[in-house]
Amino acid sequence: MATFFGEVLSVYSRAVDEDEEELGENEEDEEIRRELEEKREVNLHWSPEVSESLKSGNKLQCSDFILAVGHNAARFLSVYVLTSENWDAVGHASVWNERSRAATGITSEEETACVFYRKKDNPSVLICQATCYIAEDQLFQWTEKVFDCLQHRELNVTVLSDSSVAEYKTADYLCYSSAPFLRSLHTSAFSGQPVCQSLEQPNIVTGLPAAVLNQCEVHRIATVVYQCYSDVTGPDSVTMETYKPALTKLSKSIQLDPSPSTDVLRKFARTTNIQSNLYI
Amino acid sequence: MFISSQNSPPSFKDFTLVMPAVAVGNVGQLAVDLIVSTLNMSRVGYIHTDCLIPMTGNNPYATCKEDAEELHTPAEVYTAAELKMAVLQIRAPIIQTKSKKFRQLLVSWIKASGFSRTVVLSSSHAYQRDDQQLQGTPLRYLVTPSLLKVSADALKDLGWKEMERVSAFPGLTDANTEPRLYIPGGGITKGLYTDSCAEDLPLAVLLLFCSEGDNIPDAFTLVNHLNNWLHLLENPSQKPNKWKIPTSWSLLFGSGIPPALF
Repeated sequence: MATFFGEVLSVYSRAVDEDEEELGENEEDEEIRRELEEKREVNLHWSPEVSESLKSGNKLQCSDFILAVGHNAARFLSVYVLTSENWDAVGHASVWNERSRAATGITSEEETACVFYRKKDNPSVLICQATCYIAEDQLFQWTEKVFDCLQHRELNVTVLSDSSVAEYKTADYLCYSSAPFLRSLHTSAFSGQPVCQSLEQPNIVTGLPAAVLNQCEVHRIATVVYQCYSDVTGPDSVTMETYKPALTKLSKSIQLDPSPSTDVLRKFARTTNIQSNLYI
Repeated sequence: MFISSQNSPPSFKDFTLVMPAVAVGNVGQLAVDLIVSTLNMSRVGYIHTDCLIPMTGNNPYATCKEDAEELHTPAEVYTAAELKMAVLQIRAPIIQTKSKKFRQLLVSWIKASGFSRTVVLSSSHAYQRDDQQLQGTPLRYLVTPSLLKVSADALKDLGWKEMERVSAFPGLTDANTEPRLYIPGGGITKGLYTDSCAEDLPLAVLLLFCSEGDNIPDAFTLVNHLNNWLHLLENPSQKPNKWKIPTSWSLLFGSGIPPALF
């Protein structure tokens, strides 16, 4: 769609594939399709201790589940939470899709997996950092599988999610000095007061946070999503800090490191444009 | 899978279901938005399925600050009990490989719920019309045999135009190829219609030939067309327009422009 000024906007769902009758597929095609489908399955790998208790029918006792989606959100947790306390990595979810590196098998764990951490002295607090790309057809499955492992009673879910300020719509011209900022969205079961303004229509949330919200809304789980709109593409410390108030509500179960060391920050806020050849 | 948002599951017995097909220009979805917001319908449940791309947002039909903070999901069911009417709104595209599964899910839900009839609002690429379709109104309809049995007279009175079957190979006169139903850009429309014919479901499709762009006028055309049949509003086309545009339609062309530009 072209705007008044002629620039072309990509708008959701406006191009529709022709729904032609399924052509008579041969067996080989069907097999390839089936194998691809199998490969695209989301797999959860838990530590032996957790998977044993899951097998015996005991779901993970969880009071607070914090999910960080995107590099800034995940690194915020790495810098402010995971360094300051004792956390066990208890599992990870692996997904394979069109953006996964070629099937050589040489992929770094960090990029392909969403890692789950559990607090050592309070095992009912669970954290997940999801920085890998999860395709549209895998989002529902990911959410369903993860929430299937968690005890739903008294569960509180907090999702921190990155977004670009370019995706934020407002009637006023957005002054870019206002970014980064937070907007919240919560399910009807969520009874607290979010720490920031609610996301205004016609803005929507997509991707993993949306899948989690949908799942939690229909299953009546108290969930809040904090979406951070940032104007910096790579991970940076200012954007990371924006998430700070979101976790103040959880101060009973999670203590934030008030002043992380510069070394830690530097490690996690390293710029990504080193690989970019734009300014060479 | 239908999940009720209330404590007791709603009854749809003998209700009319209106639903969109996610199709070119999103005309059906926009028309359904107009119905929900104008009739002030209440949400009774969700269609929770892996066939749709997840999305969510606050209340798209918010009228005041109090009801703005309410989470809405990709597919939701609304009712107006006094009109015996239910509406399924679909807000997200269907995952391509799962469109057949989605159709089956809808057909079995429609069957199980006991709707008296289903109306699918849809659209099709205007540029792919053939010579006969170019003339006259851009609106077409399709009905399944089981709905035709009960609504034949009503449809005759309306004087609507049925969707033409087009020849498979235009220009070639081959006695062996039968004209076929062709709805390019119509998403699941054709599949849903043929499934409903096979399952003996009373279903009608109302569609409009259109192109991508600002499709708000198309939505009004389609919803007025539907209103001629279902009489949801009296004289809706009279000025001022009686259909209520929901808040979620704002900023269609993006954010505000920098004031320093002028």
